[in-house]
Amino acid sequence: MISGIILVLLVTLPLYARGYTPILLTSIYMYIILSVSWAMFSGPTGYMSLATAAFFGVGIYTAAFLGNLVPLPIFMIAGGFFSAIVALLVGALTLRLRGIYFAIFTFGLVMLIPNLLIFWELHFTGTRGRFVVIYDYNTIYYAMLAIFVVMMVTVYFLRRSKWGLALQSIGENEEAAAHVGINTTMVKVLNYGLSAFFIGAAGAAIATRWTYVDPYIAFDAEISFLPVLMAIFGGMGQLYGPVIGAIIFTYLQEVLITRFSELYMLIFGIILVVAILYMPNGLIGVIQKLWARGFRRQHADA
Amino acid sequence: MLEGEGVSKNFGGLAAVSNVDFHVDEGEIVGLIGPNGAGKTTLFNLISAALTTKQGVIKFKGEEITGLSPNQICKMGVARTFQAVKVFPNMPAITNVYIGAMFGTPSRVPSAEAARESEELLEFVGLSAAKAAPASDLTLANQKRVEVARALATKPELLMLDELMAGLNTTEITEAMEMVARIRDKGITIFMIEHVMKAIMGVCDRIMVLHHGVKIAEGTPQEIANNKTVVEVYLGE
Amino acid sequence: MDLVTVLDIVIGGLLIGGIYALIAMGLSLQYGVARVLNISHGEFIMLGAFATWVLFITFDINPLISLVIVGPVIFLIGFLLHKTFFRHISTSKPVIGEITIIGVLVSWAIYELLKVTNVGNPIIAIYVGIPIAVVLDFFFHKTLFKRFRISTVPQAAFEGNSLLATFGFLYIIQNIAIIVWSSSSKGYSFLASPVDLGGAIFATNRLVTLGFAVVIGLAFYIFLTRTRTGKAIRAAAQDPSAAELMGVNINNVLALCFGFGALLAGLAGVLYSMCFSIQATMGLGFTVIAIIVVVLGGLGSIPGSFLGGFILGIIGQIVTYFEPSLSLAAYYLLFIIMLLVRPTGIFGK
Repeated sequence: MISGIILVLLVTLPLYARGYTPILLTSIYMYIILSVSWAMFSGPTGYMSLATAAFFGVGIYTAAFLGNLVPLPIFMIAGGFFSAIVALLVGALTLRLRGIYFAIFTFGLVMLIPNLLIFWELHFTGTRGRFVVIYDYNTIYYAMLAIFVVMMVTVYFLRRSKWGLALQSIGENEEAAAHVGINTTMVKVLNYGLSAFFIGAAGAAIATRWTYVDPYIAFDAEISFLPVLMAIFGGMGQLYGPVIGAIIFTYLQEVLITRFSELYMLIFGIILVVAILYMPNGLIGVIQKLWARGFRRQHADA
Repeated sequence: MLEGEGVSKNFGGLAAVSNVDFHVDEGEIVGLIGPNGAGKTTLFNLISAALTTKQGVIKFKGEEITGLSPNQICKMGVARTFQAVKVFPNMPAITNVYIGAMFGTPSRVPSAEAARESEELLEFVGLSAAKAAPASDLTLANQKRVEVARALATKPELLMLDELMAGLNTTEITEAMEMVARIRDKGITIFMIEHVMKAIMGVCDRIMVLHHGVKIAEGTPQEIANNKTVVEVYLGE
Repeated sequence: MDLVTVLDIVIGGLLIGGIYALIAMGLSLQYGVARVLNISHGEFIMLGAFATWVLFITFDINPLISLVIVGPVIFLIGFLLHKTFFRHISTSKPVIGEITIIGVLVSWAIYELLKVTNVGNPIIAIYVGIPIAVVLDFFFHKTLFKRFRISTVPQAAFEGNSLLATFGFLYIIQNIAIIVWSSSSKGYSFLASPVDLGGAIFATNRLVTLGFAVVIGLAFYIFLTRTRTGKAIRAAAQDPSAAELMGVNINNVLALCFGFGALLAGLAGVLYSMCFSIQATMGLGFTVIAIIVVVLGGLGSIPGSFLGGFILGIIGQIVTYFEPSLSLAAYYLLFIIMLLVRPTGIFGK
């Protein structure tokens, strides 16, 4: 019910809030998509994917290549699709290995793909970077909102399905899950592909705001790092944990970037370290603990 | 039903399992004993594909299972429990079993039927009261019960129990032995690793003894109890 | 292909391979023994490089001397980082505190203060900042941190958490460097005169670098195999609990390893700065290469990492000869092949 009202408000937003707000919200939607997609896979499986920036970049480049040829919804889906392919490939190759190898490989993907793109551009197209078709801010707003809504709905239903159960058991104890009949590799790989789809679609959507992209612009390690921070800070146990984390940090980023343009990443780094140490269950966990404590105290007096 | 030939597994330079032949026939309860480090769990791991090896062949109901993945082997009808209990800690006991019912069979099981089976199995192992409790909250003995129920939910023909009695007190051991007998009555073949001699001798039709990865004896409980080599190996510990 | 080109490739490969060998050894120590996959490893290389640059530019100190100055400092940073921070994650005990975070913040604050008084020198800041941080940290522990005791972290999550935490450190250290030194390239000239080796020409500094890399590597190997501490480290790598039973102080050994890992990185940075230009953002690329070398050489094998560095260096040179823009891709291909075919690496167990 509440989500319905919020949705209506968000959909009609460009009508009553001009100027900066839709732009800020577009960024927030984007980071929510990145954080939830990251958490959707890395949370249950316990495999840390640092390839978010790689999938995002693939989406961006898809928009760069196809933006002039097909309408927005098509190349957004295409962006998601190609990112998913990369994820499926990477997943199939590396998910049977130990978690640490997976993390390492995905981390390097963010540097490998732009490297390959540069090689391609050098030898086949002779260009450096590409111009992206431009869309107005309102359209981008709706595009991002659409991805956001589709993702949330998908994740919600997935969690409750047989698939979600399988994913959860892998997170609880992967070996046991395999021994009760779950094809853990396939579940992990497909889930990875799905999460990459949303990330790629988001990348394709946001590219239209940037006008020009080249491999270095499109593949920024920061995009691998921030969603992790947001999701962990917000709390990975619940669906809305990463959402809250994303909202807080995107807003924080907008505020800090104007005042302390060099400091803000530093501060984020510190917050990540602190969050890992002191808030293993994220902000949601802290709130839940305080809530439980207050509850207990209330009843202790009875 | 289950047979292995020339099964070996090396870790670095150490031969954990060396050229072991074994068989478990339908309806039997076969025990696997041996001192610590003898390779018993390693052998189980090889059968259930938790570990792989290129040496030796393992067959289940005539079909080769070496090289398959654990989930495939489970669907063929082999289930197991683990020495270090591997329940799904944050899920309720009944969900643990439900997952086994939903995923462990080759054909799809409707949700309602799986739920019903889970209830029945929890009752079978004596855990109906604790069904909603998160598995991590349960005592060790009860966690082992959950694991057994979950394994049974996959409708196995062969159940492999890895040190079911470890960490249990005398009462719990008796209850566990009784549960093993009831499982056999259901028509399930059992292959069990045990250290608790009373349990093994009391319940098994046949016993295999491993030592340093090699099979040193095999026979009825009587024969094993009288086997000089076995006695030496255990006393010499 | 003529001899000169071959020499060019092989020796060139060995030269950069020496750097790779050192950083891979460092990472191997940290991961193999202390079980921390230090993604911020490259940042220690960067710190070593920049420290040398500062010392050279400001005080005219010979970079080879810097090896001895910078080394211990970076070792200390790594050692303390582990003792306070990573140990907490691994033992899930209530924390003593982040000496590093505090140290870094304090150092930066001191640096800003010094800048105001026109003595802006980061090295001094670090030397002063760390002791202050230690004191501050004990104070915090007694008062503030006691309130923040957290629940236990499952052992399985440790590797992931340490990875993330070092990710955080990467950003902290890198951004401090960017703030202090800006992201532009820096460099200096030292022993740049060319040397002719059978027709292939190399700068003296690169040969000196190779020499030192080999010496340091061998010295370290001797340390690991001949000294008591070294043996304790190797015992801890094989079986921590058994080592502990034998009387090895595990926590010290782990922290020592982490410190040594950082030390090797720092020294590699010093040597690197002699031959190449440096940037505050240079760390990440090195970390990735270090990881690839460690996998190539074999996780848990220090000699493997050492030799692996040289192998990768030569492979890199070969690929660069044919197609420079594909060198990283070539490393990756090798990485994937190793992981799929022989994850234990060439020399690993």
